[in-house]
This record gives sequence, C-alpha cells and structure tokens, in this order.
Amino acid sequence: MKKFAQIAAISAAAALALAACGDAPQESPTNTETSSTSGDTAEAVDFKGCMVSDEGGFDDNSFNETSFSGLLRASEDLGIETGVAESADAGQYISNVDSMIQSSCDIIFNVGFNLADVTGQSAEANPDQHFAIIDSGVDPARDNVKPLLFNTHEAAYLAGYVAAGVSETGTVATFGGMNIPSVTIFMDGFVDGVAKFNEENDADVRVLGWDKEKPEGGSFTENFSEIGKGKELSEQFIAQGADVIMPVAGPVGEGAMAAASEHEGVYVIGVDTDAFDKYDSYRDILLTSVLKAMDTAVFDTSEAALGGTFDATPYVGTLENGGVGLADFHNLDSEVPAEVKTKVEELKAAIIDGSLVVESPSATTVE
Amino acid sequence: MSVETQKSPQPAPESETSEDRRWNTALRDIVSSNASVIVFAIIAALLMAAVLVAAANAEVQRTAGYIFARPSDFFTAVWDAVSGAYWSLFRGAIYDPEAQSVVRQFKPITETLTAATPLIFAGLGLGIGFRSGLFNIGAQGQVVLGATVSAFIGFAFDLPVGIHLIVAVLGGVLGGALWAGIAGYLKARFGANEVIVTIMLNSISGFLMSYLLTTDAFKREGSNNPVSQRVLDTAMFPQIMGENFRLHAGFLLALIAAYFVWWLMERSTLGFKFRAVGLNSDAARTAGISVNRIYLYVMLVAGGLAGLGGVSQTLGTEGVLQEGVAGSIGFDAITVALLGRSRPVGIIGAALLFGALRAGSPLMQTASNTPVDIVQVVQALVVLLIAAPPLVRAIFRLPAPRKEGAA
Repeated sequence: MKKFAQIAAISAAAALALAACGDAPQESPTNTETSSTSGDTAEAVDFKGCMVSDEGGFDDNSFNETSFSGLLRASEDLGIETGVAESADAGQYISNVDSMIQSSCDIIFNVGFNLADVTGQSAEANPDQHFAIIDSGVDPARDNVKPLLFNTHEAAYLAGYVAAGVSETGTVATFGGMNIPSVTIFMDGFVDGVAKFNEENDADVRVLGWDKEKPEGGSFTENFSEIGKGKELSEQFIAQGADVIMPVAGPVGEGAMAAASEHEGVYVIGVDTDAFDKYDSYRDILLTSVLKAMDTAVFDTSEAALGGTFDATPYVGTLENGGVGLADFHNLDSEVPAEVKTKVEELKAAIIDGSLVVESPSATTVE
Repeated sequence: MSVETQKSPQPAPESETSEDRRWNTALRDIVSSNASVIVFAIIAALLMAAVLVAAANAEVQRTAGYIFARPSDFFTAVWDAVSGAYWSLFRGAIYDPEAQSVVRQFKPITETLTAATPLIFAGLGLGIGFRSGLFNIGAQGQVVLGATVSAFIGFAFDLPVGIHLIVAVLGGVLGGALWAGIAGYLKARFGANEVIVTIMLNSISGFLMSYLLTTDAFKREGSNNPVSQRVLDTAMFPQIMGENFRLHAGFLLALIAAYFVWWLMERSTLGFKFRAVGLNSDAARTAGISVNRIYLYVMLVAGGLAGLGGVSQTLGTEGVLQEGVAGSIGFDAITVALLGRSRPVGIIGAALLFGALRAGSPLMQTASNTPVDIVQVVQALVVLLIAAPPLVRAIFRLPAPRKEGAA
C-alpha cells in the first residue's frame, strides 16, 4: 500500500510538472465581474436564454445539438447568458423545465414535441415567462409560447428530385430513426420529389423504405443511437439496387455512409445540417443535405426576445425564408446533371411562390 | 488515519472493566457492519465523483495550466467547482435556503420523495425475486406494462372519482404481474432461464408501447406524435401536499407496499416458502414445497410491485404515456434492491438516496454547470463500492466483521 502511494505520488507529480509549466495570467486591471459565459466577441448583456433537451441530450448529433448550437451562437454573438438542462429520460422534463423557471431565464427553449405538454403547463402556470418550443406547437396555443416549426418536406422534395435524377440504377432509398412526424416529414417530401421526377421524365425510379400510403411498412432503425443498424439497413437497400440513400436518423445516418463507402457509386443525402461539414471522411459520397435550420431559428428568436420583440406567432421554416433548404452538391457537383440542377431551381421557385404545394400528413399546421 | 483505527481491534487490556469492553465491541460491530460499509461507500463515491467534477470544470482546466506559477488559483477553482456542485445538489434534493419562497425552499425534499417513489416499488419487487433465488432483470418491462395499462384505463374510461383511480392502479398491478408472470411460467413449466426471458421481455415491452402509441386508441386526436391522451383527473393520485408540490399519494402507497413486503417475507407462510426456495431450492423441494409454483408466485408478486412503479409515473407525476416515461426505473431499481440488501427498509433508504441524486441533478446542471452524467457516475460508483465491501474496508481501514456476527 505504501509503495503504491509513493509511486502514485511520484507519477502525479511528474504529470503535473510536465503539464503545468504555463505562466499565470496577469490579473486583469479592469473589472472582471462579467458573466463567464459571455465570449470575447460580444459584450455581456442582461439576458438569459435557456434550453431544455429531450432525452437525446445535447450531444445527439441531431436536433437537440443543432438547436443548442443556435443558443451557443447567440451567447457568442449577442453576449447573452445561457442556462441549459439536459434530460437523461422523459421523467426529467418537468423538473428540468421547472429548474429553468427557477433560474430566472428570459426565454426558455424546449426541444422537441416530447416537451409540448410540459411547455403548455408551465406556460399556463407562469404567464410572464417566455417559451419557445421546437418541432411542435402547444395545445391550446398560448401567447407566451412561440412554436418553431419547419416545413422540412419542401426541402426533402428537392432532395428526392435530385436523388432520382442522379440514380443510375433507378432505385433510391430512405429510412428513419423512428416512425414519428418530425422524421417521416422528410421521407414524405423525398418520395414526392422522386414521384415528381418520374412524372416529368417518364421514368420509373423506385423508392425503398417509405410509402406514404402504407406508413406502417416503412423502414426504421427504431432508435437514434445504433449506427450498426443504419449500416445493416443500408446494406439491404444497396443489395436491392439502391444507389442514393437518405437516412433520417440523426447519428445513425453515419451507418448509411459507412455502407455506401464500401460500394462503388452509392451516395448518401444528409439531414438537419450539412453533412459535408461534419463527416470529413465521407465527403466523396455525400450528394447533398436537407437543411433544417433550427440553430438559426433559435438564434433569431433569442435576438428578437433580447430586443424586446418576442411574440408567440409560430415561426415556420420554409424554403422561402431559408428555414429549410438544400445544401450544395460539393464534391459530387459534376455527378448531378445540369437539367436536374435547373429543374430543382425551378421547383424551388414554384414552391416559394406557392404554385407548387408539397404536402405531408406529418407537417404541423398552425392556424 | 491508520494508526488510530488499528488500535481499536486490539484486545482490551486486563485492567479495563467489562463496561468498557462492551462499548468497544459495540463500536467495532458498528464500524464493521454492512450499514457502515454502505455509508462509507457513499462517502467514497462522492469523493471520487468530486475529482471528476473538478476535472470537467473549465476553470479548473484553465488554472491547472499554470498550477506551479500560481497554485492558489487552481485550488480555489477546484474548491469552487466541487463545493458548488455538491451545494447545488443539496439545494436541489433536500432544502434550498436560497429560494425565493417558503414553498420553493421545501420543494426539493418533496421532489426527492417523488423521484424515490417508483424506485421503491420496483426495488421491492426485485428484492423479493433476489431473496427467492430469481434474478429478475425484467422490472423495466413490468414498469412499462404497469404504466401502459394504468394510463389506458386512466384516459379511456370515464369512472367516478375514487373508483377510477383504484381501477387504474389495479390495472397497472395486473399488467406488471402478468408480464412478469410470462417469465415465471416459462421458468416453472419449461425451466427457461429467467435472466434471458426477462431481458427479452424488456425489449418487447418497449416496442409494444411504441406500437400502441401509434394506434388510434392511444393517440391524441389530430396529432401523429407518439404521445398518449392525458390521463383524466379522476384517475390521478391526489397530491398530498397541495398544488405546489408534485408529491402524490403514490408515495404513501409505496410505504404501505414496503410494509406489505416485510409482512409477506417475514411473517407469512408464502414468504417463508419464497425464502426457503431462495436459500436452497433442492432442500425446499425435499421439504415438500412446490418450487415451480413458487417461482410463478414470486414473479407475479414482483411484477405487480414493479407495475406500481409505472403506475406512479403515469398517474402520479406525468399524467401521460410517452416514449421514455419509464426512464430507466427498472434498471435503477436493480441497483436500489442490491443496495438495500433486498430488505424493505434498505430499499426505501436506497431509493431515497437515488431519488435525491435525481432530484438534485437539474439544479446541479443549471446552477453549477456540472454535466448531468456526473450524477450517473456517482450512482455507479456507489454500487461498485458496495459490491466490494472488502475494498471499502481497505480504503477506510475498517475492521472486518466477526465471524459469528456474519450471518
């Protein structure tokens, strides 16, 4: 025991000696009593933006993380203070939102439809507290809750058109993490985009993994964590001839990229954020990404609340306002036929001016 | 530390009176008992977690870079991080002197009791299994079934006040009991290993709930999200301390259940058979006990109790059935049951500890920016240390228990 203690002490001292030779910073002559969360770029302001995650946590590589990055950006650029509560499971939603109310936040962002009930209840109990909820509304609507919604199907529609246009085999595929509206809304748009391509070009591109008429037959990994399952599903799709795959399953999408990288000429479409920026090693197989700018929505809502112009009108991210969109083709730009590119621009314009309406039963409608 | 504690096990000198010797023995019994091992294990776990809290703290990391140039910064940062984390844990779990109102000051302790409630139920169920020689890993599935059935009765039927709650609670008990009964039956009839069967039933229960939440019977009108309709007020547990606190009558029911389990295991014939099977199933069979039937009964009782854990979620705190409503109650309850040595009083104590860690974690995150995972690390460390009493005794130099007292 004694010997062990000696060895431990010596190694600890050695480790510290190696690591800790830095110089102490000079005491700052100015007042350093500012908030520690404020960055160097913006002056601290007396405003606190808070966020509660759902059980995925802020490191979910998906919508919690994207929303959170919006709050971080608000903290850096606007100098607001932040407070966050990560939920480990559904049983913590109530207490986490409650603890946010206790820490005198100016606005509380609740991420995901799972928190809709809790948001509605605490909004009723705390009528002066401002809330925003991502991917859901509250029932009944309240004038201190701003829903942040996304017409993701509009962007996924364009992705479906591109996928069909690029496919050599005439087969594309999509799968989801779970059969929930915020996921299937992507898949709805995707199949409609493929159908549009078929209709216009008299083609017969098949979509595996999702059929709007038969939602119970869709392909899902049933979770947002097992990358292996995403790879397995993608292997099956590839075996059936699919050469463009759109996984709507957060981090599980990496499984699709892994599968695609092992086969010549198979491409993947990312979701939420531009996958090209995130997955360096798969850049050559990432065709494009369906963007859902939750970070921008969070940032803009924080900015508005900071400026005293919070309102409960739902924000709906569309192609028109840039809340959703299609990313660049990056390295695969040459693989996308010019007429497809032109057509996508036309479709985008048509959706924006309202002459083309993309529909999804999963879209949250607001009166 | 070693010098003073090593003195105590020395035989008392001749001159000492028998009175002194008796105190000496008593003291030694206390420090070598299981209870003290648990207390020291918790202390050790909190100390180890403190290292992690400090290591995860940005300020500590920054000041460690120039520890030799100005060590005071580093130690101040460590102290701030650790004391801040534990102080906010205390504020979130026991009593919050910094809160604005009296209600808020006392709310933390009621939150601890609320969070402990489902763990008491499920822990009691598992404890019965462990003492009867069944390693039932299936509490999670039984919690899910209890939650599902009770929520369904809670929103689908319109019954009078009082009766509605009773029917919904009984439905939840039945749901959990039957779910566990499947494993019990397979074990009794075909000798299927209960560990494997209950684990598989856990997965099935999760998918069953996901499926049910997509059906019209559960779904809310006009919504496609997998969230059930709200449980009617008539089926909700009354809040025993008024609107401002979430503590509900389910907690009282949990205490009654603990008394029932004590009575069942220590005073009833059935409980005697349970324990006999657990100690030695061959001997029990020779003595004329139908071991297979006992397996089934054990699982039914255990499942019913775990089902109540789910009931206390849906009818007590959440009022709604949704993905993750059962959290990890069933798995945490395994720890609670082991920590409580499968005895009712121990289980209540362990559940309160875990409830406190859980209730305190939101404030720990928000007030001191400690990662939520640290709380889970503390839980795991407590279990790790409790599972190895000799390790705790070695760390704190506690004397080993006397042989004759070990039973």
